[in-house]
Amino acid sequence: MRLGKQTVTFEKMPYITATAAIVGPYEGEGPLKDGFDRIIENDDNGEKSWEKAETKLMQDTYHLLLQKGNTTEKNIHYVLAGDLLNQNIASSYAFRDRECSYLGIYGACSTFGEAVGIASMIMAGGFAEQIICITSSHYCSAERQYRYPLEFATQRPPTSQWTVTGSGGLLLQKDGTGPMVEMFTAGKIVDQGIKDANNMGAAMAPAAADTIATHFVETGRKPEDYDLIVTGDLGAVGTDICRELLKQYGVDVFERHEDCGLLMYDRSKQDAHSGASGCGCCATVFSAYFYPKLRNGELTRILFVPTGALLSPTIVQQGESIACIAHAVAIAG
Amino acid sequence: MQKLYSAKDYQKYVDKKSPNSKLGLNMLKAFLTGGLICMLGQLLMNYFQSRNLDQMDYATLTAMCLILLSVILTALDIYIYIGKFGGAGASIPITGFANAIVSPAMEFKTEGYVLGVGAKMFLIAGPVLVYGISSSVILGILYYILK
Repeated sequence: MRLGKQTVTFEKMPYITATAAIVGPYEGEGPLKDGFDRIIENDDNGEKSWEKAETKLMQDTYHLLLQKGNTTEKNIHYVLAGDLLNQNIASSYAFRDRECSYLGIYGACSTFGEAVGIASMIMAGGFAEQIICITSSHYCSAERQYRYPLEFATQRPPTSQWTVTGSGGLLLQKDGTGPMVEMFTAGKIVDQGIKDANNMGAAMAPAAADTIATHFVETGRKPEDYDLIVTGDLGAVGTDICRELLKQYGVDVFERHEDCGLLMYDRSKQDAHSGASGCGCCATVFSAYFYPKLRNGELTRILFVPTGALLSPTIVQQGESIACIAHAVAIAG
Repeated sequence: MQKLYSAKDYQKYVDKKSPNSKLGLNMLKAFLTGGLICMLGQLLMNYFQSRNLDQMDYATLTAMCLILLSVILTALDIYIYIGKFGGAGASIPITGFANAIVSPAMEFKTEGYVLGVGAKMFLIAGPVLVYGISSSVILGILYYILK
């Protein structure tokens, strides 16, 4: 049912019956290490290239998710997957020759939110009984695509963020038990003119604020209706800005806002600068940290808002500013 | 929702919110790193000079040794930390230039020796070569005319 121009709610809410997350060694040194299902030993994941390493990361997460969800591939009606690589190759190649319908989507680091939103609508429409949403990112494959070769000796500015090596996924089921997807607010593309690819938090903050504020306007809900509002990967700079922008919209989230990008690493010990980013960031943090809390009743309702910077190195070199997006998914435990 | 800021005002607001690099400390680190690399170069040069090589030879040998050292340190995943610590102090000397050529060569080996290593080797150093060589040609012509 449609609540507003951007928001829909589901009469028959889809259940999130299982999640899975596999991360890289650096993420495995962070504060969430006990929540991840598996931590790979080496960044190369036993493969010959970073792209193949990321592909395998997603494949392994998919298999783990099937296992944890007590289901098999033949029950899965759709897989919605995405990553940061050109032409979405980590996802496409992860599902090569598999027996499930595959829908590749791209929303940069917001992909996980986009996947859950679309999957919920497919399910609410009665078109599927089990859907898997899965995303991945890899520090090394992202570095070589977006920035410099790994061994190039350079300094990063304090506003830069660290791409998560990891893949996270969830299993959505029409019938079952577990947290449910209540609402989905699909974001608009917002560009406030930031051109600095090393400050993506600041570029994404207006998009996050826009989607969150729109969600409250269209649903009539208040921040107090949620235990937490969880943004994807705004990092330290973006988090600060997003909270202030929301305040100007009349939405006070200071007491109840967390950012996955700030939860992933111990920024006092790990050299992640402004925090974590990447498609794998919010997916693995949701799976390892928020999902268990929703499941055991520690959290009753969260607004999960993955954020994405839709840039490419080419468009940035051509002098364009960074277009950003955020999608909000309301999840009740 | 209405945008709260114009692009210009938002940029100003973001600049205020974003932490800056620690300029003083970074400059000191760059000075130390660059200074140490150059000192190492001078020590090598003095040694080669003491072996009675002529100027052309000992200058070339010094540069070759520094490049070799940088290549080895890059391959061993060490130069990246020197660069992280020293910033421009590590990237301006000849060792930084060597790192800028070796690091893409290592990175793009997965795409093969022709389209990977060969084509991408000068990804970072390319502009330095193009404009470095071009400007030296122009200056050479000017020098020839004005001499």
